[in-house]
Amino acid sequence: MSAIGRVVRAGVGRRRVQTMVMLLTTMFTVASSILAAGLLVASYAPFDHAFAKQNGAHLSAQFDGSKASVAQITNTKNADGVTAAAGPFLTATAQPKLASGDNGLPAGMPLPQMTMVGRADDDGPVDDVTLVHGHWPTSAGEIALDTNYFEANVGAKLKFADLPGTPTLTVVGIVRSVSETADAWVTPAEAATLSAETSPTYEMLYRFAHAATTAQINADRAALSTASPSGSIVGTQSYLSIKQVQTTNTGAFVPFIAAFGVIGLVMSVLIISTVVSGSVGSATWRIGVLKSLGLTPAQVVRAYVAQAWIPAAVGTLLGIVVGNLLAIPVLNGADNTYGGAGLSIPLWVNVAVPLLALVLVACAAFVPALRAGRMRAAETIAVGRTPRAGRPRNVQRWAARLQLPRPVTLGLATPFGRPARSGALAAAVVFGTASVAFATGLALSLNGVQHGRSLDSAGAVTINTAAFPDISGKSITVRPGQDGTRTPADPAAVAGIIKSQPGTKSYYGTIGAQVQVNGISGLSEAVAYTGDSSWATHQMISGRWLSGPGEAVASPRFLTAAGLHVGDMVTVSNAGKSTSVRIVGSEFELSHDGMDLLTDASTFSALGIAETGMQYQVELQHGTSVTQYLDAINQQLRPMNADAEPVFRDRSSVIAAMDALVALLSIMMVVVAALGVLNTVVLETRERVHDLGVLKALGMSPRQTITTVITSAATVGVVGGLIGVPVGIAVHAYVLPIMGHIAGTTLPKADLDVYSLASIVALGLGGVAIAVVGALLPASWAAKIRTASALRTE
Amino acid sequence: MPLIELCDVTKQYDAGPPALANLSLTVQAGEAIAVVGPSGSGKSTLLNLIAGLDKPSAGTVTVDGLRVDAMSEAASAKYRRQRIGMVFQFFNLLDDLTVADNILLPAQLAGMARTKADARVKDLLQYLGIDRFADSHPGRLSGGQRQRVAVARALMNRPALLLADEPTGALDTASGEDVKALLAALNADGQTILLVTHDLGLADSCATRTIELVDGHITRDVSVVAR
Repeated sequence: MSAIGRVVRAGVGRRRVQTMVMLLTTMFTVASSILAAGLLVASYAPFDHAFAKQNGAHLSAQFDGSKASVAQITNTKNADGVTAAAGPFLTATAQPKLASGDNGLPAGMPLPQMTMVGRADDDGPVDDVTLVHGHWPTSAGEIALDTNYFEANVGAKLKFADLPGTPTLTVVGIVRSVSETADAWVTPAEAATLSAETSPTYEMLYRFAHAATTAQINADRAALSTASPSGSIVGTQSYLSIKQVQTTNTGAFVPFIAAFGVIGLVMSVLIISTVVSGSVGSATWRIGVLKSLGLTPAQVVRAYVAQAWIPAAVGTLLGIVVGNLLAIPVLNGADNTYGGAGLSIPLWVNVAVPLLALVLVACAAFVPALRAGRMRAAETIAVGRTPRAGRPRNVQRWAARLQLPRPVTLGLATPFGRPARSGALAAAVVFGTASVAFATGLALSLNGVQHGRSLDSAGAVTINTAAFPDISGKSITVRPGQDGTRTPADPAAVAGIIKSQPGTKSYYGTIGAQVQVNGISGLSEAVAYTGDSSWATHQMISGRWLSGPGEAVASPRFLTAAGLHVGDMVTVSNAGKSTSVRIVGSEFELSHDGMDLLTDASTFSALGIAETGMQYQVELQHGTSVTQYLDAINQQLRPMNADAEPVFRDRSSVIAAMDALVALLSIMMVVVAALGVLNTVVLETRERVHDLGVLKALGMSPRQTITTVITSAATVGVVGGLIGVPVGIAVHAYVLPIMGHIAGTTLPKADLDVYSLASIVALGLGGVAIAVVGALLPASWAAKIRTASALRTE
Repeated sequence: MPLIELCDVTKQYDAGPPALANLSLTVQAGEAIAVVGPSGSGKSTLLNLIAGLDKPSAGTVTVDGLRVDAMSEAASAKYRRQRIGMVFQFFNLLDDLTVADNILLPAQLAGMARTKADARVKDLLQYLGIDRFADSHPGRLSGGQRQRVAVARALMNRPALLLADEPTGALDTASGEDVKALLAALNADGQTILLVTHDLGLADSCATRTIELVDGHITRDVSVVAR
């Protein structure tokens, strides 16, 4: 082995802790970077990925079996433009109740109306659905639920009191269909049994050669109509409308996560640079010795870059493995969020990130090695040996006068003895604290955003006066054969029942319609509010919520599109009638691309829009049983063709996945920061081992030794926290509005001002915690070193 | 009761002969013991065992009635704070602390009241003739002055035993003489001293008893009367 080889091997082997720190730092950095980069890549067009993976249906169509035979429906596969088709599948529609308690809900709890499709298997040329849990129904009495329908567990039992024989079906599978072609699936035989007493309805699923735009989908729909008996198609569903809803669901969060991924990468780069350059910088004296023995500056540089590179290379390899292993649960969570895109870490990420990390390590090691290599041998040998004058001594003198235990004051003054090293330690704490502060703010903001999104169903109970609502918040779907068979309930009568029902605390009603708004081309979605909605106001960006007739609020996007400002009057028209409303506030809105106009019910009255189809949100008095309330009020509502349902307070899977991801990346950043601290404190403790020996010889106990080392790190941790927390908050304040803008909205102040004084203090203490945790190991080592050996150390 | 009592003490580091072999030694309070011998004879090992910096492989070490060999690390630290003062060949002063702060350190580690500690520092500075250097840093003092500071620091907590490891080893002749006189004066004032040295002149000038170690065994134990 060459001289340089021996130097490298000895250097790597001699400083085991440092080698291990460098290895672990690189491992965590590469792992977190792979995760972050992988997620960034996965965040790109997730719906399209999931849709392509499942051969999603561009169009699903419902056929009235009384107007078209199965053969005729099957023949639509040959319609112009159809490239693949599946079906016909017999369907049945019903509203089940939980026959057994499940997911924290009691037996008897009514569930939303569901459309069941009889399908023999889960794969096929179109809508190749993903089985998330359990298995596909293979026999009578079995049912598989779509993930969007209800978060049931496999084994749950659903009772269908309205269907022939009042069957009870057992949930045997949880399925994800990107095309959302059904709420549930049963065997074809089961579907036939369930729909025996109604006119048969069939579902067909299609893929088309051209289906990228609404116009193309409309053309495809027309081709289907041409290919099928007149009037037999009673409903169709375009994937574009699902994509719009899904994109609204996930798209709003993607930019935030992307921002965190980018920041995570930057933080990783900074921390690894600090650790590596600190390690090489600490070897300056040894470099001086090597030069005095005859090594050239180039050889020194090569030796020390290699010394940093070897553990980094091992760490990088481990990081690839760890990153990909961690990606499995994380991307599974994101996969649910993105509708089953089948996310995985792309190969190029597994190549590019490690290469970048190794180049970075080489660069980080090269600079201090080059500097040390160029120094004169005598100069490098003298580094760290010459007593330092000036500020450190003054600080020591000042610290010695403090009325604190001496081990504490010694620790307080220590960081000033080596400002550069303390700076490196502070940098690690700053990066870690800033990451956590930003991540905390991001999570709080995301939860705030989600809270804002859930205000449309703010109460515990939703009451529908027409058709069948979908609990997941999708647009109301009227199933064939059922519209027109029910007379819509009278909203005023329903309101009266709600008001008189024991347990009702407060309620309001909403109804949607499309209206013409002056300044906006085409029709706009408008939602009218009646009753007291003050307890469920949307998050306001400016102005105030509705408080009376003639008022409206809208999102900034809507106001910008219409050229309006808060305080302006705007004319709203419908079917030849017009009325003016005053914009009293700008609200946070993500649904319908933020292009809703929210107004008082009087506006619809003035426009002649009937209140038919009003949906009520009811807040219950404290202690009221939702099940009992529903049973009681439904006895009055159902004869009127109205229906009360519970509002499930499931935590959004989107938020849960994002929170989990943010938490994981934050933990990894904190670990990397703590490793940076560990590395620096190890170097510092090694250099001060003789001084520690002297102090121990004078009677410093192990506990006092630990106190000194921990205090030293904690002092820097306080400074790092004081810098890191504002940095994290500043990054949050800078990034979030930009990301909100990219998501097409303005975030409410409440979702931006998420840091309370308590959280800021806690985050600051987090900086101290990072420093203390990182210093624990070297402090314990310092306490254990043999005094006699330490005193012999030069 | 003797101040120091070593019974059949053996210290084995690794393979090879022991640094100390079945060594027994008794020192009375008020004595000034000089331990002499060639390099590797076990002098520093003996000092480390008495100071509680190391533990014997076999045998017992009792100082001022305390079993030093059976102490935990924390108890050993407390023992050094309260009963032992140490002076080193290369002073081992902390360069970034002033002379006064260096001397103050053992008292601060022991939790002595600040006013009492300050008064003691002032007394020691005057007693050792280094009061004008109180606010200086050790790096600006001569070797002899630094060793005086080290002695002051060692005496800060009024130790029962002063241990000195080659206290003149790093000093020029004049400074060495100065330290010899200082140690003799301290012993004359009743301070028990155990010093390890190559310097037979130091042993002659300030020790009341000289012990010679060779290969871990006491080969000579001479009191000043016999000398």
